[in-house]
Amino acid sequence: MTGLLFQGFIYLCAAVIAVPIAKRLGLGSVLGYLIAGIVIGPITGLVGSETQDIQHFAEFGVVMMLFLVGLELEPRALWDMRNRLLGLGGLQVGATTLIIGTIAYLLGVPWQSAIAVGLVFALSSTAIVLQTLNEKGLMKSDGGQSSFSVLLFQDIAVIPMLALIPLLAIQEYLDHLHDDHGASSGGHGAEMSLVEGLAGWQVAGVTVLAIVAVVVGGHYLSRPLFRFIAGAKLREVFTAAALLLVVGIALLMTLVGLSPALGTFLAGVVLANSEFRHELESDIDPFKGLLLGLFFITVGAGINFGYLFDQFAIVVGLTVGLMSIKALVLYCLAIIFKLKGADKWLFTLGLAQAGEFGFVLLSFTLQNGVISNELSQLLLLVVALSMLLTPALFIAYERLLLPKLTNEQQRKEDEITEQGTVIIAGTGRFGQIVNRMLLGNGFKTVVLDLSAEAVDRVGRFGVKTFFGDASRPDLLHAAGLHEAKMIVVAIDDEARALEIVRHARQVRPDIHIVARARDRNSVYDMYYAGANDMIRETFDSSVRAGRSALEGLGIHPYEAEKIASAFVELDLWGIRQLAELHNPDIPPHENDEYIKKAIEVRDEMDRAMVGSTDGHKGAVDRAWMPPGHRPDDSEQ
Amino acid sequence: MKSILVLHAHPAPRHSNANTDLAKVAQEVEGVTFVDLYARYPRFKINIDKEQEQLLAHDVIIFQFPLMWYSTPSLLKEWQDLVLEYGFAYGEGGTALAGKCLLPVVSVGGPQTAYAPQGYNNFELPSFLSPLQQTANLCSMRYVSPFTLFASLRARNDGRLAQHTTQYQRLLEALRDDEFDFESAKQLPILTAENISSVVGEKK
Repeated sequence: MTGLLFQGFIYLCAAVIAVPIAKRLGLGSVLGYLIAGIVIGPITGLVGSETQDIQHFAEFGVVMMLFLVGLELEPRALWDMRNRLLGLGGLQVGATTLIIGTIAYLLGVPWQSAIAVGLVFALSSTAIVLQTLNEKGLMKSDGGQSSFSVLLFQDIAVIPMLALIPLLAIQEYLDHLHDDHGASSGGHGAEMSLVEGLAGWQVAGVTVLAIVAVVVGGHYLSRPLFRFIAGAKLREVFTAAALLLVVGIALLMTLVGLSPALGTFLAGVVLANSEFRHELESDIDPFKGLLLGLFFITVGAGINFGYLFDQFAIVVGLTVGLMSIKALVLYCLAIIFKLKGADKWLFTLGLAQAGEFGFVLLSFTLQNGVISNELSQLLLLVVALSMLLTPALFIAYERLLLPKLTNEQQRKEDEITEQGTVIIAGTGRFGQIVNRMLLGNGFKTVVLDLSAEAVDRVGRFGVKTFFGDASRPDLLHAAGLHEAKMIVVAIDDEARALEIVRHARQVRPDIHIVARARDRNSVYDMYYAGANDMIRETFDSSVRAGRSALEGLGIHPYEAEKIASAFVELDLWGIRQLAELHNPDIPPHENDEYIKKAIEVRDEMDRAMVGSTDGHKGAVDRAWMPPGHRPDDSEQ
Repeated sequence: MKSILVLHAHPAPRHSNANTDLAKVAQEVEGVTFVDLYARYPRFKINIDKEQEQLLAHDVIIFQFPLMWYSTPSLLKEWQDLVLEYGFAYGEGGTALAGKCLLPVVSVGGPQTAYAPQGYNNFELPSFLSPLQQTANLCSMRYVSPFTLFASLRARNDGRLAQHTTQYQRLLEALRDDEFDFESAKQLPILTAENISSVVGEKK
């Protein structure tokens, strides 16, 4: 137990110190984690060989990341990018494998190993690249989208690679493996599998069945299930359910021999249209972040410095060579696919490293006797070093290339800017109307509601709503607070509404906030919290009721209308009068000055309403007074 | 028998000196549809279809209003802007109102002497109403000279309002019963309680 706590302490400590420093220095969080790993591993030796096991565990962060990527990607968006996915991705993997494999063969590596090496190095690091693109807000740019297409294709390509590699086995290495490990070398082979011992067509059947299960289950079962869980109104249970979903799908995929990352990505895409999307996103996101961080730390910690220094020239030479070749292939593809300016360079430099799947594939090739032990040691270092250099390349892109390409980039950014969305918190009687008016006029809205029943209810009428507590900052961010044009806080829970307004104002000084207020005091509170427009929830309807009452009593409708608008005007004046005396720290009924002024204002308003000119404005009767009349003249 | 539509526009009926009485009379004449525009549209949200249907159903259209800053009250202007659409009232296919009558029934605060080149209003009253006249022309309507109550603020006290009200009733009945002499009325630039008997004939 102490050992576990100690390890946890070391890892967290390294991350907490190194990452903020790295970010402050403009190096990005990934490099921070890598450096943290190097410090606690090779340099101080605080952690040792157990990093290998932790790394396997931390790879689950990649699975979670792909789930989140899937959530952001609706099926239609995925279909729209099919050309890039197959064209860019297929060409990148094919060309890189071919070139690197050929070079490896020419350097004297057996042809089987050479193919394996080509495959390993064709992959890039989904973890580093996506994390960095998101961090720098480049995900939606042309370069970012192209990079994403390639990464996605690579993740898919891992599956056939895993099937191909055992066919490349070299007998000599296999014998060697058995000599070393004896009969017990089954190792990972002892893992559970649903498809072991099945015929080829059966395997295919089970695989298809698993994918269908994910798609159909995600589409039809997830909603009632999540609604049921949300009904319990226990946040941690929902988080547990979200984790269960991801872990369950990863497990299913592993059992049928598919990539868990791909499976959860698929589940994410299926759930991208679900009303629980933002809630799932905000629940999984912290786990993903921590696991990915842990993964990067283990990469840093796993670097064998002794071996590195022995073979320094070779390792560095190979790494630089590898990255140059990858960059060259990417650059050619960027030209073929007409990427321009900054996007071209982002694509070229961003994907030039080897990736975390490279580690997985390397250990897999070693186990299957495709490459020699020495070669795999060397290549592991190359993979790690290239990942270590990636953040540096991003920095080079930002600091050296971008300034020269600035003009072009700015123009581009205008093009990719999405139409600002409006976040509407609460879809009760209040928010619903706001949402309908905005949607009807072509504005994009993201509607959040705390009540699963309400989400379900309006959903039946075709209103797209997401389940979640809008007073939670993480959920607001998942809903796009950082880029929204406006937030309409339409929930009736005053305390929660205030929290949302405060948080939104704090994070986004420039956002427009429309807030539902309960009463006059709540107007003041909302104002101090940072709202732009404070709308009292029943004020307008009360005024209309008063107007209807006047009409019913025989007052001419237009007269009643004038009285109503005069009342609104006067009330606004009263609110401003009292605003100065409002003290958020003292309840109004204990604030003597406030009470005194409130009575004064009310009397003044009453006088004005009956139309005496010595009142506030003679608000009602001043209009259309015939010449020679006084407002208090009796009617003739 | 003709059907008559009276569109009454007064933003402050509480302060009305003459129009309330005129309105009362108009509501009592058989065959007259009386509309208080400010009561029907207190928030200025005019139902165009409804108004156009109503126009189609009547032969004589009367605008009854107090002159305000030498023009119609704002709601009546809004009504014209919205209801007299292209393709309905004028322009291609806009013949819905062709052949109908348009008659302004106006009350003004100033005496008739003020509405003259030498008076403080500088112009004759018909000049101020020329937009209505031309509107009628464009819509192929027959424009009738305005039936006018001058010095309306004093009219009740000096007994003219009662006379005016009676003659208004007679005018409505004559229009309804085809007893109105349009040709003679054309010769009079302004119709008043004093000169109206020459065009409506004697009351039966």
